[in-house]
This record gives sequence, C-alpha cells and structure tokens, in this order.
Amino acid sequence: MSNDDLKHLPLEDLHVAAGAKFGGFAGWSMPLTYPPGVMKEHLHTREHAGLFDISHMRLFELAGPGAIGLLDRACPLDAGSLAAAQSKYTFLLDEQAGILDDLIVTRLGPDRFMVVANAGNAAADEARLRALGKDFDCEIKALDRVFLALQGPEAEAALSKAGVSAAQPLAFMTGIEPQPDWFLSRSGYTGEDGFEIGLPEADARSLVAKLLADGRVMWIGLAARDSLRLEAGLCLHGQDITEALNPVSAGLLWAIPKEIRASGAFVGAEALRSLIAAGAAEKRVGLKPEGRQPVRAGVELYDEAGNSIGRVTSGGFGPSAGHPVAMGYVATDLAKPGTRVFADVRGTRIPVDVHTLPFTPHRYRKG
Amino acid sequence: MAATYYTEDHEWLSVDGDVATIGITDYAQEQLGDIVFVDLPEAGRGLKKGETAVVVESVKAASDVYAPVDGEIIEANGALSSDPALINSAATGDGWLWKMKLADKSQLAGLMDEAGYKAHIG
Repeated sequence: MSNDDLKHLPLEDLHVAAGAKFGGFAGWSMPLTYPPGVMKEHLHTREHAGLFDISHMRLFELAGPGAIGLLDRACPLDAGSLAAAQSKYTFLLDEQAGILDDLIVTRLGPDRFMVVANAGNAAADEARLRALGKDFDCEIKALDRVFLALQGPEAEAALSKAGVSAAQPLAFMTGIEPQPDWFLSRSGYTGEDGFEIGLPEADARSLVAKLLADGRVMWIGLAARDSLRLEAGLCLHGQDITEALNPVSAGLLWAIPKEIRASGAFVGAEALRSLIAAGAAEKRVGLKPEGRQPVRAGVELYDEAGNSIGRVTSGGFGPSAGHPVAMGYVATDLAKPGTRVFADVRGTRIPVDVHTLPFTPHRYRKG
Repeated sequence: MAATYYTEDHEWLSVDGDVATIGITDYAQEQLGDIVFVDLPEAGRGLKKGETAVVVESVKAASDVYAPVDGEIIEANGALSSDPALINSAATGDGWLWKMKLADKSQLAGLMDEAGYKAHIG
C-alpha cells in the first residue's frame, strides 16, 4: 500500500510537529515512535502517563429499543445485564465462532451503547452490525471523533489537572459521557490504569495542549503501544486472534458469561458450544525465550523431538520485563507454564518456556 | 590511514589495508530504534557481497545487515552481546559489528563516500 492510500489522523499535524516517525497500520498512517524512542516511551507509560492517538479505532453508537437485542445477536453478550456505565470486552464471531473482531461495549443508557472497534475491522464491523440490525429497532451511528488514550499511574492526576475531573470517580471498565459528544472510559490496552477519550477535534486539540503542558505526559507511538499490550498479555486482532481462531483456544472464554455460553442466541453460538464441548486442541500462551534474542510473530515452535507444535503470533522485546516476550499457540498438552518448547529463528533453535500471562502485572483501578 | 565507505543499505566500512571494520550508519540506527539484540557472526565465516552477515534486533523488528563486499570475518564485536545499545549510542564507533579481511579490494570502488551517502539519505 502506498502512503497515498493510507488514511490520516485528524491530529496528524501535531504528531508531525512532535517529530513522529510514521508507518502504515490497518490502513492508517500512524505515529510509530517519537524522538525519545520506543524503549523510553514504553517505560514512561509504565512510570508516568503516556498519551496515545488511537483515532484509527472507530466508535459506534447503538441506540433504540432494539439495541440490546442487536448486541445480544451480534456478540456473545448479555447487554441488558450491563449496569449503566459498565463496559465489557466482547467479540463479533462468525458462524464457526471465529473471531471477526474484539470490541468494547459500554452501556450509556437504558437503550444506548457505545461500541469501540479495531481500525482494520471497523468497516466490516459496521456492515455486519447494519446487516444484523435490520431485524432490530436500533440506530447505528458511526461517530466522527478523535480518540485518545492516556495510560499510566499518573493518568488520573494528569487528566484532572487538564480539567477532566469526571474521570476521577470512574473504576476500570466503566465509561460515561461527561459532556455532549464526549465519551470517557477508564480503560486502555497497556495493562496500566488509564482512560480512553472520544471527543470532537477542536476539544481534542485543546485537551492535548493541556495534557502535553504537564511534564508527566508525553506522546507514545504505536510501537510502544504494541510492546505494552504484549507484556500485558492482551491480544491484537489480526495476530493473536483472527477469524481462524476462536475464544476457546484463545483462552478468552472469561469474556463470555456462563449462561450466554449455554443458552445465548448470538451468531456462532452453536459452533462455540461444540468447541467448548470438544475442548481446544491448541491454546494461547505466553512465551519467554531464553536469552536476549526476540522471537517474533510467524516463528514456528517445536517440541524436543523436533515436531511442530505451535507458532508465535506476537513477539518482541519487553522493555519493562527486561527480556524478550512473546505470545502464541501451542498444543494443549504443552500449554502448562514452565513447559519448554523451541523456536526456530533463522535456523537457530532457541529454547522458549511457556509462561503465564501477563508478563507485567495489570495495574487497573478496580472499583 | 583508514578510508570510510558507505553502502545504499546504510552500512559503513572503515578500510585499513585489507581489513574492513563494518557497522551501520547513524541514520540506520536512528531508523531502527532501540536495539536489544545482535545476532553476531562467527570468525572464519566467508561472506559474499549481499549476503546477510548480522541480524540486528530492535524492540520493533529484526533487520538484516549485509556484507558490502566479499571477504572473511576475522572478528565480531563481542561487546554487543552484553550491550547491544552501543549501536544506538555509537553506531560509527564502539558499536561496530564485525571486521573482515577483504577478498577483492576493487569492490570498494562501487561504494559511496561520505558526501555520496549524505546525498543518498537526503
């Protein structure tokens, strides 16, 4: 894809002014790193507060008497059981229970919900919701918002100082509309406490200026976002979870309420029940390579005898962990933490231990 | 007196007699970002021009470093095993990658000088 085919962030000029290096991701020209570099950006987020422009992700508002029905059909979810302001991690599944996308759904009101979708899947997700929505009295609106994430232990203090005091009482995985056309949730994808804020461009420019005037806040690029989420054991759709993978092998059944697994009428329900009954042949695991050499996505995994037993779906170096970190799938009988497998990196056999996830402890603000 | 040459793939060679010290340029290290691992070659290995000699791993990605000319590796920079970030802090100095004995010095004529390289990276 040439650079001209890529979509551009509304705040691109700010990233250019901040000295960002750009690269293509999911059809967007995204800031990958800023002058401090990925290592410093990553560590700054864990120690202070990192500001991410995630406007490539898409916000949808679902509103109407049929909103709950549509969500319960589209996702393995009990939308009606969500409390006001409660957010839930969920999926769009296909008929085979393959994961089309992972989403965050937040209840804004009795029959209004916010859905956050991944950049690369947003158009397909919208088409799918609209197709399923024909049977429900529900308006689906794709919102035109800048979307920012502020992540790290000093995120709350920095956001309050910037004048967003509504953030303070929120617990992790809750979201509200603090003012018209704003969506503010205590969530993120780094393992840290933090917030995601959808807001109009003019408001975003003013908020960014206030945040960056705070010494605790700096821009963080997509490269550090990737190393942060990998250390936190979080899946990237398109890599760690795809249409070819399902919530059972991905170890994501926790995101599907028990009664919905048993009796839900969502797309893919029958297939999911069969998969649960049969058990997963392979499982998603953390992988800790021995030594300093990173083991990256696409690398095949072998057992002692040289049989192919899995693959790496995300991998790199964990700046906070201080060693290479990876995630992938291995045969279920090898999925126990501590099991030794081997990665073939350019012809060299690297010992890799199955490792618990996350690599760095989550520091969410529990309610 | 050593002469320094550059390649389009962002390697530099400092040539003294028939021995070249090779590394990546400051521009290249900046593009790669924080380097966390270097897959160093064994001394004694013969290299043909264009062959991968070293793999440099940054937080983001793995990048091949090619042999700019034919020759035989006589030494790899062992300091990079414990401190790969030397490439970031001193790409054209202590962060050198390997030394090789040149097989054919006439190949150097195909490489760029500093002015040529500066023009190349714009």
